[in-house]
Amino acid sequence: MPTRRQFLKYGVAGALALAAAGIARSQPAYRAASGQEPLTVLGAEDRAVLAAIAPAMLAGIGVGAERRDAVVGSVDRAVAGLPPHLQREVLQLLALLGSWPGRRWIAGVGSPWPEASREEVAAFLERWRFSRWALLQQGYHALHDLVLAAWYARLDSWPAIGYAGPPEVK
Amino acid sequence: MIRDPIREGLAAGWKVTDASRLERDLVLDTDVAIVGTGAGGGVTAEILTAAGLDVVMVEEGPLRSSSDFHMLEAEAYPQLYQESAARKTLDKAITILQGRCVGGSTTVNWTSSFRAPEATLAFWRERFGLGALTPGELAPWFERMEQRLAVGAWTVPPNENNAALARGAAKLGIATAAIRRNVKDCWNIGYCGMGCPTNAKQSMLVTTIPAALARGARLVCGARADRLRLHRGRVAMLECAALDPRGVHATGKRVRIRAKHYVLAAGAIGSPAVLIRSRAPDPHRTLGRRTFLHPTVISAAVMPQRVDGHAGAPQTIFSDHFLEQGPVDGPIGFKLEAPPLHPVLFGMTLQGFGEPHATLMGAFPHAQVLIALLRDGFHPESRGGAVGLRDDGSPVLGYRLTPVVWEAVRRALLAMAEIQFAAGAKSVLPVHERAQAYSSWAEARAEIGALPLEPLLTRVVSAHVMGGCGMADSPQRGVVDAGGRHFHLANVSVHDGSVFPTSLGVNPQLSIYALTARNASALAADLTRKAPPPIG
Repeated sequence: MPTRRQFLKYGVAGALALAAAGIARSQPAYRAASGQEPLTVLGAEDRAVLAAIAPAMLAGIGVGAERRDAVVGSVDRAVAGLPPHLQREVLQLLALLGSWPGRRWIAGVGSPWPEASREEVAAFLERWRFSRWALLQQGYHALHDLVLAAWYARLDSWPAIGYAGPPEVK
Repeated sequence: MIRDPIREGLAAGWKVTDASRLERDLVLDTDVAIVGTGAGGGVTAEILTAAGLDVVMVEEGPLRSSSDFHMLEAEAYPQLYQESAARKTLDKAITILQGRCVGGSTTVNWTSSFRAPEATLAFWRERFGLGALTPGELAPWFERMEQRLAVGAWTVPPNENNAALARGAAKLGIATAAIRRNVKDCWNIGYCGMGCPTNAKQSMLVTTIPAALARGARLVCGARADRLRLHRGRVAMLECAALDPRGVHATGKRVRIRAKHYVLAAGAIGSPAVLIRSRAPDPHRTLGRRTFLHPTVISAAVMPQRVDGHAGAPQTIFSDHFLEQGPVDGPIGFKLEAPPLHPVLFGMTLQGFGEPHATLMGAFPHAQVLIALLRDGFHPESRGGAVGLRDDGSPVLGYRLTPVVWEAVRRALLAMAEIQFAAGAKSVLPVHERAQAYSSWAEARAEIGALPLEPLLTRVVSAHVMGGCGMADSPQRGVVDAGGRHFHLANVSVHDGSVFPTSLGVNPQLSIYALTARNASALAADLTRKAPPPIG
């Protein structure tokens, strides 16, 4: 576990990285080709971060690469439906995690996201979950809610939990 | 084939404008502009149109109806809830469920119908000078709205999630009772929170709003009320921003409404926010203050038998035992209920991740869940939260969980676990990041006694936002008078849960209906200078 002193240092670095990320990413990455609605807001870096986090969040379920990518796509659409202030927060969080100092020093993940082991990612999630810093706890909860909501919204997640889906109403 | 009264009404020529489709700005003139179409706005629209007044309703969310309600969380939360059901307090420690659609929270609530308790009204009379709000004064309004919205006893046996509450409590000598519901010919399906697919729930969407529209009222949905233009102590105009089809971004088109009177019914976060954005006079700093939540904590049990908490009417049994243990302003009491369980909300709510979380989810059919709703706003150290604005003008509620709240949280987690074990639970899991599934009451009692109760470790949720434009006898202690009239703006009323000076101690919909019926009737009489006809 990092010492309090290290945390303070990383905390400052984190604030700087967060600010930089916020400036760099004040606008959604992509907008739909036609129409005014952004249907997708995550960039490739954001998707790489989520593609590493989702298997750790969903460990024990047996989510393969295909369903992992589908979950990342669902998170993207969910974020696009959030109000602008929440979109900004999620994009800042993912930009922070996607940055080298953010990943290395604030998340404490040594390997680039595509190469990070599930154990390494789980350890990062656990540190943030019980962090003394509210900002990191909030980050954990955001990732928890986004990934688990995206997964359990899927019809193919229901058989494993014994849920048959809604009844037929005609 | 289930009839869809909304689609039929639209086909018959109701005057409904979807602001997301506006190609140019819209200007409307009317007698009364109503902001919000939930419990307060719906009842107001029906009563004012019955009195012959011209009404324009403005709703931030979309118009959806039974044909759209597919009982899927993935559709319902983004379409029908504020902030996709991810609204949180400023410190993100409390998740807030509020509707954002035509019908407001009444379209997605769980149908629980209670009258405001006398202990609550007595506190208001004594501490806020609301002498008029006696049980005798309110009883006819409760009766009227109960009749209008088919509030009645639910005689179908409770689902197992609720039966376990009754059974466990009975073993411990704790009294429970049945919850009345606002339904007609209910199919007992259990998906009330995603919009009723059979129109059994007598929400504003299928009752008062169609009645108002049938009398010629206009409805503008997909438009967010930005601000009231003030001029010499009155409101001259309501300015609204049209939103894109998913309600995320403003399109740039504006809706301007000029009315003789303005009713705010945007809920206890939305209504104060409109007044704050409008720079409404607030000399005593009461606006947006004393906002209450019924902070709610959760206990999940695993039963040996199937529970199937997703199936059957939600919330049909309650206990007020722990509200009745002491004086109303003593240690905070709590109400016990048993909520519906659905995969997305359940999965997001349960603590942890990875294999432990997957194991918990694997027990979904056997999960039995109790919630404790804390009665905030009575204890001298429970003063609620405050609504403020972000840089972009959107509202956010700051709500500090104080030691008197945490003390009640511990009692609530203990009480729920004891009841669940008495009901036959194999294990009980308080929803808290540091908690485990405990296999006996003795173990649970010791472990819950030692849990660190802190924000972001203890899961706290709310579906009942109240206060922020509190009623009182003077502007020193409130924002509106006992009739809902704003103390400083002559042609503004507030008709929603934001007028409650404390929390209620019961699920709020029926109290909002009744108080609004009373105050809207007085407003109609005032605006028309004659007594209004009856509701319905």
